[in-house]
Order: sequence, then C-alpha cells, then structure tokens
Amino acid sequence: MTRPILEVRDLSRHFGGLIAVNHLSFAVQPGSIHGLIGPNGAGKTTTFNVISGFYAPTHGQVIYQGRDVSGTKTARLAAVGLVRTFQGTTLFKEFPVIDNVRIGCHASARSSFMSRILGTDRAVEAAATRKAEELLDFFGLGDLRDEKASNLPHGHQRALGMAVALAADPRIILLDEPFTGMNPEETARMMALVRDVRDRGITVMLVEHDMQAIMGLCDTITVMNFGSLLTEGTPQEVRTNPQVIEAYLGSPAHAA
Amino acid sequence: MPNARTSIWTWAFGLALLAGLLVLPQVLSFSQREIAVLLVINVLLVVSYRLMTLTGEWSLGHVVLMGVGAYASALFSKRLGVPVPVSMLLGAVTAGVAAAALSFPLFRMKGFYFLIGSFAAGEVIRLIWKYFTFPFGGPKGLKLIPGFPDIGPISFFEPEIYYYLCLVVVAISVFILYRIERSRIGLTFHAIHWQDKLAESVGVDTFRYRMLAFVLASFFAGLAGSLYAHYIGTVNPTRFDVEEMVYVLIWAIVGGTATFYGPIVGVVVLTIINDVILRSLGLDEARPMFYGAILIASVLFLPDGLESLVPKFKRMFGSAKSTPDREVAEAREAS
Repeated sequence: MTRPILEVRDLSRHFGGLIAVNHLSFAVQPGSIHGLIGPNGAGKTTTFNVISGFYAPTHGQVIYQGRDVSGTKTARLAAVGLVRTFQGTTLFKEFPVIDNVRIGCHASARSSFMSRILGTDRAVEAAATRKAEELLDFFGLGDLRDEKASNLPHGHQRALGMAVALAADPRIILLDEPFTGMNPEETARMMALVRDVRDRGITVMLVEHDMQAIMGLCDTITVMNFGSLLTEGTPQEVRTNPQVIEAYLGSPAHAA
Repeated sequence: MPNARTSIWTWAFGLALLAGLLVLPQVLSFSQREIAVLLVINVLLVVSYRLMTLTGEWSLGHVVLMGVGAYASALFSKRLGVPVPVSMLLGAVTAGVAAAALSFPLFRMKGFYFLIGSFAAGEVIRLIWKYFTFPFGGPKGLKLIPGFPDIGPISFFEPEIYYYLCLVVVAISVFILYRIERSRIGLTFHAIHWQDKLAESVGVDTFRYRMLAFVLASFFAGLAGSLYAHYIGTVNPTRFDVEEMVYVLIWAIVGGTATFYGPIVGVVVLTIINDVILRSLGLDEARPMFYGAILIASVLFLPDGLESLVPKFKRMFGSAKSTPDREVAEAREAS
C-alpha cells in the first residue's frame, strides 16, 4: 500500500467533560474517495473540524503527507493543499459568482503590495480569472459568471462552494455533508461532480448522512459511533456489517 | 465594459472637479479657506476609515490614531529637529506601527467587542498623552509645532498655499486607497467581512489581512494628523477625543459606506452645511445638536446614505436610457 495522504492517529477531542472523539484512527489513501459516516452525534463533524484545523486535538495526531499538522490553522493547511468545504451554502453571497472563485485563487495569485497599487499584478490576476472561469465551466456554472451568488439555485450554490475550494489547488478536499438538502436529481449531479474532482487527481474525503450517495461513491468508508471507530471497509463490507446496522437502526432486541 | 460615452462623462466630471478644487481657495473668504484645509484633511481621515470598515470591523480608535500621527510628527520635528516633510511621513509610520501593535490584543475580538476594545485602546493612548507631561505636554498638549518650511517664495503659512499642499498629499493618498480597494487586497477585505471562515478555508490569513487594513487605515489617518498638527500648530488630547470620532462615524454613515465616494460626499456635505451655512447664521455652536439631528434624519429617510442618491441623479440627468450593462456595473460598485 502507498503512504496515506491523510492519517488520523489515536485522535481524541474533549469538550469539558464530553468526549466527542475518542481514540480514533484511520487513514485516507491518495486518489480515493473516503467516506466518514455514523449516526447523529457520533463525532464526525468534530473529527472533520479537528482535521481542518478548526479545533486542536486534545490527544493524538493528524498526519498530512507524512507531516504532523495537528492544531495547524485552517489557512496554513489550505496553503499546503488540505482544503475543506462547509455544510450548507457557505459562500460570499454578496459577490458575483466569478469573484467567489477568484477569492479561492488566493494562494496562486500572490503578488506584492506595490504591484497591487501600481496595477502590475495584471498578469497574475488575468491568470486567476482564467483559472476561475475554467473551474466554473468544469462545474457547469460558466453562464452564471456575473450572477450574484445568492441568486443561484441551491444545487448550483453547492457546486460553487466546491469550485471555490478547488481554486485553492487542494491535494485533498474535505467535503462536509455535500448532499444535505439536495433532491435526488441534484444528488446524482453532485455525485458525478465528486467523481470528476477525484479524476482530476484530488483525494476526496467526505462526511455524509445520505447513505445512498455514500455507498455509491466511496472506495472506503469509516464508520464512527459514540466518538470511536466502529468499523472500516468497502461499501459492501460496511453495508452488511451487523454492528453498523445496529448502530443505525438499533439491535433487534430493541426493535422488538 | 464602460462605453465610450460614459468614459467621456467620467473624464469631464473628473476635470471639472479638479478645476473646481484648484480654483476653490480663490473664491473663498479667509476663514472659509481655513475650513477648506481642514475639510481636505478630514476627507483623508474618513476615506482611510472606510478602508478599515471593509473588513467589517468598526473602530472607535481612528481619531486617536490620527492623533498618534499628529503627536509623533510634532515631536519628531519639535524635539528632534527632523525636517517637517520627513516628520509628517514618520508621524504616519508611527500611527501604522501603533496600529500593528494594537492588532494583537484587538483582533482577538470581533464586532461589538472590537468596537469597545478599540475605544478602550484609544482612551489608554489619550491618557498617556494627558499623564506624561514629558514628552507629550500633558492635558495642554504640544504648542509651537513648527510649520511646513517655505519653498523659495512660497509660504505654507498661508491657508491658501497649505490647502494646495494638503490637496496634493490627500489626492495621492486617496488614489492609493482607491487602488488598494479595487485590487485583490480590497476583494479579500470584503471576503473577510462576509465569510471569514470560508476565506480561511482557501488560505487567507484573516488576522494578517485585518491587521493590514488596520495598519493602512491608521497610516493614512496618521498622515492626516500630521497635516493637521503642522497647520494648526498645536495638538492636545481633547482634540482627538471620542466626540471627534463620533463626527467621523456620522460623516461615514450619512455619506454611506457601500461605495468609495460615499464617506467623501458625507464629509463634504456636512462640512458645508455646518461650517458655511450654520456659521453664517451664527449657529455653529449648535454643531453636536445639528449632527445628531442629521444622523437621525439620514437613518430614517436615507438609510443607504447620500451615496444612494448618486445613481438616481445619474438616471435623471445622464442618458435617459440606462442600459442594463450599466445597472449591473452600478450594482457591483455598490456591493
């Protein structure tokens, strides 16, 4: 097996007396689509927030490309290629669609302070705009370039959120519940987009409730329950695992 | 893309404005020239304040940082004998450095807490000026600050001449501030205002950008303070108290902060009403009451500020058929 691009080692996160994540370990293989699932309150989102630098771990490590990045700030992680998206439609809603993606180009459009004032950053900015346009086309948003982001339909806003993240040149992208609130048609489109993103050579890790989507999409699934690892495997293995069924539906004894 | 006709109008408007500004002192009385000098300085103060507000943080310390520039420039020239043009620049730099230092405690806070924090930080600075007679002169402040040196036969003691000096300095500064806002830096400030977490997720160091906005705004506020100090010749802690800060807020709010020109319109209109019309009626003592009334009236009847009248005027007097293109451009400008 190749070296994992992202590895969580014995990770714990406490909030006061509450243990949200408890000695969790798993590894994400480069080029894969990796799902993190579990019933409500299992600690998925906390895990996600620790990996993306929003919280520091109480215990354990997050290893990205062989380096310990535990507690590194979100902006620093983005600069080295670990980029997250947000639940729901977190966008610069007041901005035109294109400017949303241009902000995403932050790292690749660096230029000196003087060049900004003198306007000699034009080449850099033109490249950023081209890149933004290419990404909008990739997500089928090319025609909406100058539309205000808040005017877009829900599915398009979610796609735009991914375009913003992709503009930051991620090596691994962390998607936080990308299918929430989507109708089946939008979900199918989003699944195709996630595969397209992976085909660009970007590793995808996602936290999700939508079982249909995650079973059809992921190469590997990590299942959490009560903050700990329940099981890990292919969709087929996870689907038939009695522990997983019990965690989600309760044991037959309870159901009776 | 602006069409040829709009750009001709823009150029014509720009040239008319420039000509007006150049001729202005010639048509004003002596006391009105003094007001014109202070107005030009206040334009820089309020435009620099707007840069700060782009990140979404409203500071109550802006006038104090203007004061830091004024005190520093006065001290450099008076006590250390630094030539005034250099000391003015050093004053601005000092205000920028002070802002950089204040960033560390202040940007642990956001919104209302930042507002109060910036007020407290400003009061601390003002108390330092009051408490330490050396070098700050205590409550009485500094007097006999050297003026701008004469260049040949040109004496900057004359309000008329000092007006032109201020005009040049402020025009260059405002242009730089405009370029900053229009560049990716300005876009990033806006982005931090609307969604700081999303900005961070694509690699924007929000602390550094908030600090950058604060330092730049304070640098130009400090420059305004330097221009003020060497014109009036005296500075004291009361000149930079929170009442003055409230005036800056009112200029910005009444003018509107959605566009670059909004605060400029605010400060110009309110200064003309207050210092020209009210003064000629002998009512200039009523300034606080007048400003309060204006603020309430504008919040009630013109919540988007005076700037919101500009597109309306354009439609009324400009080409009657305003193309959808232009409306989009205006909407973008406003956002």
